[in-house]
Formats: sequence, C-alpha cells, structure tokens
Amino acid sequence: MSRTWVTLTSGPEPTVAEDAGYGQAPARKGFFTDTSVCIGCKACEVACKEWNHVPEDGLTFTGNSYDNTQALGADTWRHVAFVERSVPPALDHDGGGLVGSREGVQWLMSSDVCKHCTHAACLDVCPTGALFRTEFGTVVVQQDVCNGCGYCVPACPYGVIDQRKEDGRVFKCTLCYDRIGHDQTPACAKACPTESIQYGDLDDLRLRAAERLETLQAQGVTDAQLYGESPDDGVGGAGALFLLLAEPEAYGLPPDPVVTTRDLGRMWRDVGLAAVGIAVGLAGAFAGRRP
Amino acid sequence: MTEPSGGPAVSSPPPSLRRRRRDRDIVVPEAEFTSYYGAPILKAPTWEALDVAGYLFLGGLAGASSGLAAGAGLSRRPGLARVSRLGAAGAITVSLVALVHDLGRPLRFYNMLRIAKVTSPMSMGSWLLSGYAPLALASAASDVTGIAPVLGQAAGIGAAALGTGVATYTAALVADTATPAWHDAHRHLPFLFAGSATAAAGGLGLLAAPLAESGPARRAAVGGAAVELAVTEHLKQTIGLSAEAYERGKAGRLMKAAEVLTGAGAALAAVSSRSRLLSRVAGASLVAGSVATRFGIFEAGVESARDPRYVVVPQRERLEARRTTTA
Repeated sequence: MSRTWVTLTSGPEPTVAEDAGYGQAPARKGFFTDTSVCIGCKACEVACKEWNHVPEDGLTFTGNSYDNTQALGADTWRHVAFVERSVPPALDHDGGGLVGSREGVQWLMSSDVCKHCTHAACLDVCPTGALFRTEFGTVVVQQDVCNGCGYCVPACPYGVIDQRKEDGRVFKCTLCYDRIGHDQTPACAKACPTESIQYGDLDDLRLRAAERLETLQAQGVTDAQLYGESPDDGVGGAGALFLLLAEPEAYGLPPDPVVTTRDLGRMWRDVGLAAVGIAVGLAGAFAGRRP
Repeated sequence: MTEPSGGPAVSSPPPSLRRRRRDRDIVVPEAEFTSYYGAPILKAPTWEALDVAGYLFLGGLAGASSGLAAGAGLSRRPGLARVSRLGAAGAITVSLVALVHDLGRPLRFYNMLRIAKVTSPMSMGSWLLSGYAPLALASAASDVTGIAPVLGQAAGIGAAALGTGVATYTAALVADTATPAWHDAHRHLPFLFAGSATAAAGGLGLLAAPLAESGPARRAAVGGAAVELAVTEHLKQTIGLSAEAYERGKAGRLMKAAEVLTGAGAALAAVSSRSRLLSRVAGASLVAGSVATRFGIFEAGVESARDPRYVVVPQRERLEARRTTTA
C-alpha cells in the first residue's frame, strides 16, 4: 500500500518498522511504566547506567523531593520523578471501598524514559541518518554517524534527547537495542523490583495498560490516567506508555505533545511561496525607471 | 527560570497571561499552570547564538543579495552587482564556517551529505548550500577577476535562483522543532525571513553601491522592511502565548531594536535617494535591523524552551477545549 506524506509524519501508523523499510519486522516493542506501583528505588536509573555505560552527570542537590537526577538527558536515559506536594482533603480508598478523608502530602514517583514515538521528530529531522528506526519500531542513534548538529534536541516534544557536551554527539535511550535483539529484557525493566516498568510487545502493553486503568478506577483512583497509549495522539502513539496518577505536567511531561513534522508540508509550501516572493519582489525593484 | 526550585509545583498564571485572556472569549475554564518544580520540559537548542542566529542573518543576506546581483548584472548596474556579489560570497563563506563550527563533531560535517531527506530542513538546506555556495563564489570571483564573464553571469543567475531558497528555508529549519516560539510561528517565519533577507540585501546595496545605481536596492530595502515589520506584528498578535517570548527579556529587547532599526532604516531609505551619506546610514540601519531580528527570534525560541509555561499552558488549553467539545 502506498503511504502518503501525512500518514508518515502524523496520525496512526500501525506498521512503523515495515514503513521504515523492513520487509518482515518482529512485533513492535515498548515499555509500559505503571507509576501506581513505582516505589522510587531508582534501580532503573542505575541498571541503565551500568548496562549502557552512561557516564556520571553531576552530583547536585536540588531540594526537589528525592530527585537529584532532575531530568532526562544525554547521560540520563531513565529518570525517576518525585512529585511531593500538598493536596486538599480527599476521599481515600481501602480495598475498593471509600473510607473517610485524608489531608496531607501527595507523593508520586514515575520513571520517565524516551517515548520511542511512532512519529519521532528527532529521527525525521536528523540530517545525517544517524537516528534510525529499528526493526523493533524503536528509535536509536548510530554513534558512528552522528555529527552533533543538535537538530534532534529542540525537535523532541518531550525534551528527551540531548548533546553530551564533552563528546559533541547526542545520546538517549536505545530501549537496550543490544539486549532486545537477543530476547533479553531491557536493563531498566529487568531491574525493576515492582514491575512498574514492563517491557513487551506494544500491542500487549496497550491492553495491559487499559486493564490496569480499569482496575484502579474501579478502586476509586479517579486521577489515574494513561499517557502515550493512543495512536490518535499528537505523536501517533508512544512506544513507551505510562499510567500516571496526576496530570502529566506535574511529572514534567507535556500534556498534549504534537510532532512538529505534522505541519512540515505547510512549512515547505510557505517557504516556496516566500522564495517566489523574493524573486517577484526583486524583479519589481528593477522594474522602475532607469536613472 | 522564573520559579525557585524548591517552590510549589502549582502556581497561578502570571499577570500578563491573565491580561491576555481577558481579551478573549473564555470558552474553557482557566487552566491552572502546573509544572515539575518549574523545570523545563523541552531541551533548549544546543546551538550557539553567534553561529546559528548569525547564519540565519548571513544566509538571508547572501541569498537575497544574489538576487539583487543578478538583477543588477542584467540591468547593467556594475557597481551594485559587484557589491551584492561580494556580499553574497562573503556572507555564505562565513555561514559555512559558522555551521561547521557549530557541529558537536565538526570533522564529520560531510555526513550532512550522506543522505537527502525532505523531512529534515537541515538536510535539504545542506544540499541547497552545496549548490548555492559554489555558484555565489564563482559569480563573485568572475566579477572581480574579469575571467569568464559569461559563465560568471550564468553562475550568478543560478545563485539568484537557489538564493531565494537559501534565504527562506531557514524558516522551516527553526520552525520544524518543538520549540514553542519557533513552531507556533511556522506560518509567519518564511515570510518574515524573506522580508528580513530582502531588507538586508537592499541595505547592503545602499551601504556600499554607487548612489546612481542604488534605486533597485532602495526599493528592495523598503519593500522587504515593510513585509518584515508587518509579518512580525501579525505574528505577535496571532500566535498566542508564544508571542510573549518575542516581547520579553533579551528577545524582547532585540525585537524592539529590530523594529526601530528596520523602521527607521526603511523610512530614511525612502527619502535619501539624493544623499550618499543618508543612504549609507539607512543601509547600515537596515542591515543592523536584520541582525537584531534574527538574534531576537533565536533568543525567543531559547527562552520559550526554557520556561515550561510556554509548553504546558497552550497544550493544557488545547486538551481542555477538546474535552469540552467531546463532552
């Protein structure tokens, strides 16, 4: 089936690896991070650093709850966010029933990671082809090709990929490309003691996420919501989905990200019009009387 | 960062936002602005302002100057043609140096030509520059040395054609990012850049070409400046919250300077056709205005990526509006 510009740059795209040129691709792989069972142990951060040989990136004290890691970046491919904030009195739940009210501090943890978008702006804007789509539908940087142009950095709607200053190239989560090719679970998911981070076929993970959301809502956890699970969202669905217990922005996630390339067709058209405008304008400037 | 790092994660919108809101029909409840300890959501560009904002200016100047040079050559205005050809050749040479210098791995610059990719304005731009730069340099070299004038003229016409693209593709280059002030302006930037480039090229002509030949440069300068000023104003009024990034702080000061320099330069250019000195002042003012515009736009983008408000507030409003519609 021939695919138009639009389906390749935004909207649902069920066969992402095939569209990238793989004849027969394995099922698309991804993460489902269920933050309702995250205990903030940061085993994922450590396992990722160890397996991927990611360098130390500063030992700062932020004062932001238990989070001194701060954000995803070139040297942080898993980041556990700690949201600690006062909440108004709310109904509590216990074993599915609503019992009394509670006032105090809301303490949420969530392990963030590259979303491995269906429409990955980082990949689409990369001028060298260093960023590529793997047969598993994930997005990986080829470090022997990257020339450090940095275009992917502002292109990412989640602020994931970044440049390693002393190296010059960009780095991010590979979804452990070297492990999943050998049927091994990515390091973070393998190390997660509560199965907050789950790895598997994306289709299965979407089902699991929907079931988990249903369970929590039935228990009265009304703030529970899925993030990145819908192929109709602004990035065509993420390869890493989340179950959150608060609005996405509270965790430092954009509430409604849209891949920038959705508007690229229109941008090229306007660039063409503007270029013609210069030509016409200059021709007009010469059309006047000779001195 | 506007919030202290230990501050509350929830804060109400700043006063300026409220003011903006009052002007509109409120169709959705005012969204409370929440962030993760005020930390940025997006990564700001890693680019150096001097390299990349400098290139936005120089690329525009070069591209439009090639157009002016071709017209001057065809209409037998040798002084204006030479100034514009040399300007284009110089500007594009410095541009190429700046672009390679800005790479994290400058020695791998040739990887830009590994592939051609229409979804990457930087890839398209690399190919465009590969075609444009040799033509612009050949045109200037032929003019100065007098060698192969016919080929030089042909190269100049080729440079003029590709130059219109060099001057405008950079709009897609910055707009094709998640950076709010750049992406939200994607309908404006191509025309704004076209105007700014034409004003700068006209300004260079006024600055350095003989007064008797400066008519086309003068008209180009005034027309380009008018387009730039009009599109910038429309941008500020229509792109929503991101407009604030163009009005505040360093970006705001640069954009204000650009407005004054470009406006004054154009006005002076319009009335100075009999004065060599005033024409030069007008030209310098227009060139400086174009520099300020490009650095202003660059800084607005950087600032909008650093402040999570520019990401969260419009996206939250979009979400709520969608929910209101479906409900």
